[in-house]
Amino acid sequence: MLKEIRIAGFGGQGVILSAHILGRAVSIHEGGFATMTQNYGPEARGGAASAALVISDQPVLFPYVSNPDILVVMSQEAFTRYTPELKEGGVLIVEEDLVRMENVPQHIKVYSIPATRFAEELGKKMVLNVVMVGFFCAITEAVSYDACRKAVIDSVPEKFQKLNLDAFENGYGFGKNLLAKGPSKEEDTEPVSVLESAS
Amino acid sequence: MMHADPNCVLTGTHFMNGDAACCEGAIAAGARFAAGYPITPSTEVVERFAARVPKIGGIFIQMEDELAASITLQGMVWAGAKSFTVTSGPGYSLMMEHIGFAAMTETPCVFVNVQRGGPSTGLPTLPAQGDMMQARFGSHGDYSTISLVPNSPQECFSLTVKAFNLAEKFRVPVMFMMDECVGHMTEKVVIPDAKEIEVTPRRHASKPPSEFLLFEPGEELVPEMAHAGEGYKVYVTGLTHDKRGYPLMNPASQKELIPRLFEKISRAADELTIVESEGLEDADVVVVSYGITSRVAQRAIEMARAKGLKVGKLRLICVWPFPEKLIRELAPKVKALVMPELNMGQVVIELERCAGGQCKVISVPHPGGTVHKPADILAAIERGAQ
Repeated sequence: MLKEIRIAGFGGQGVILSAHILGRAVSIHEGGFATMTQNYGPEARGGAASAALVISDQPVLFPYVSNPDILVVMSQEAFTRYTPELKEGGVLIVEEDLVRMENVPQHIKVYSIPATRFAEELGKKMVLNVVMVGFFCAITEAVSYDACRKAVIDSVPEKFQKLNLDAFENGYGFGKNLLAKGPSKEEDTEPVSVLESAS
Repeated sequence: MMHADPNCVLTGTHFMNGDAACCEGAIAAGARFAAGYPITPSTEVVERFAARVPKIGGIFIQMEDELAASITLQGMVWAGAKSFTVTSGPGYSLMMEHIGFAAMTETPCVFVNVQRGGPSTGLPTLPAQGDMMQARFGSHGDYSTISLVPNSPQECFSLTVKAFNLAEKFRVPVMFMMDECVGHMTEKVVIPDAKEIEVTPRRHASKPPSEFLLFEPGEELVPEMAHAGEGYKVYVTGLTHDKRGYPLMNPASQKELIPRLFEKISRAADELTIVESEGLEDADVVVVSYGITSRVAQRAIEMARAKGLKVGKLRLICVWPFPEKLIRELAPKVKALVMPELNMGQVVIELERCAGGQCKVISVPHPGGTVHKPADILAAIERGAQ
């Protein structure tokens, strides 16, 4: 089992921390292997942020991600730039209020969440990344709920733990509901738009 | 043998990058002083060090440039501290003068180089292994030293500890040759209990000041050390010196000093043959690699084995001194040695020399900026197996 993941958005959304939480969940709390890299180039300035994560049950040899199995986008730029790299049959996770989806490739599965709105309802816009982690966990099942939850706890300062756990639960619950009423995961021949489910 | 200070070691399981792990390794090894002129992609090492030392006791000084940093750290060593600096390509070039000074004055210290693409300013945020020959031969004059190359954040911790220990044991500047990929990559890092981390203490003067000579070769040809302010005569110069450390500039003095600087390393060749090997016994082709390249090479080796080829792995953890004896024994038994490097072919020159025409030696060069494609290494393995 080897999965390549990319998470991208703009600076300040906590893109890197969300990859950090998932990597920690796999490598520390699940006993698997995770390697995280991030873009440090000039493209990482001016607002763009991107992290890549390779998770596996074997030691990770090749550290970089060029064609992810799972792509999480939290900005229009990230959507435009990285969606063409997604593997056929891959999973695209979208911050639906921040991304207008155009030219979505065939043969991928799309799952959307208004993560920023969830975060704002909790009173802190900045926890949108943890909402996204919860959603990711529910949708992909690449990382277990327990491991993810533990990784959230040890990645944030103690006084923000409750807030972040609420954010995680909201994202996770939304994801599970979406899966329950949405089309089955095997049905990957059509792009699945779930935009209406959140409005 | 001593152990790490439990009050300073971050025992536990972490998800941290190689730069952070290198910093924790330095702290575990007892480093309490660093001087630096921060440069991408090494900045995080000293950034973390600067944040850590106020709590554990210690100093980080940001100097005006790399020349200053690389000599300040040596002043601190002669004052009694364990000390290091951190840099990348352009800064490493500027430090060469003082790396030679450390070799000549037998100053135990560690130079961390998080390698990036070069020459010149090159690719500040992307990896390369282009400074490997510079690590061995970069300073003027002739000297011998030790270079360790990690391939994971975990090793950035454990091998940094080893780098400090070897520096103390042999009294040499040890080159810790990371690269941007390993430095910025985040993985699980297990930091053991302090009592499980062995720390080599300084070879301190065992004689009273009246009988002590600062550069008299002691055990293993390495002199004992006295620090400034302890009542000993501490005269340290980059000039060729006698056993007292006083300048003595003639051929006889040079002949007594310089060959010893080589011999203290060469006589420990077995101890310094630090490699990770697998499947060498019946291999037709052995892939010899180091650092981040060894991980990509491993992928290529697995692909080749899936095709039925007999491929062995030899990862150099200590590149300098080069494991000459091992290669001389291996070369007649295989068809080919394949060496991928993130440079246009540096350490492969040494590999070729030691193979001595007994087998094919295939270089897989790469200008850096990313890592090899496993398929490129696989193609070289297939060529070697023919």
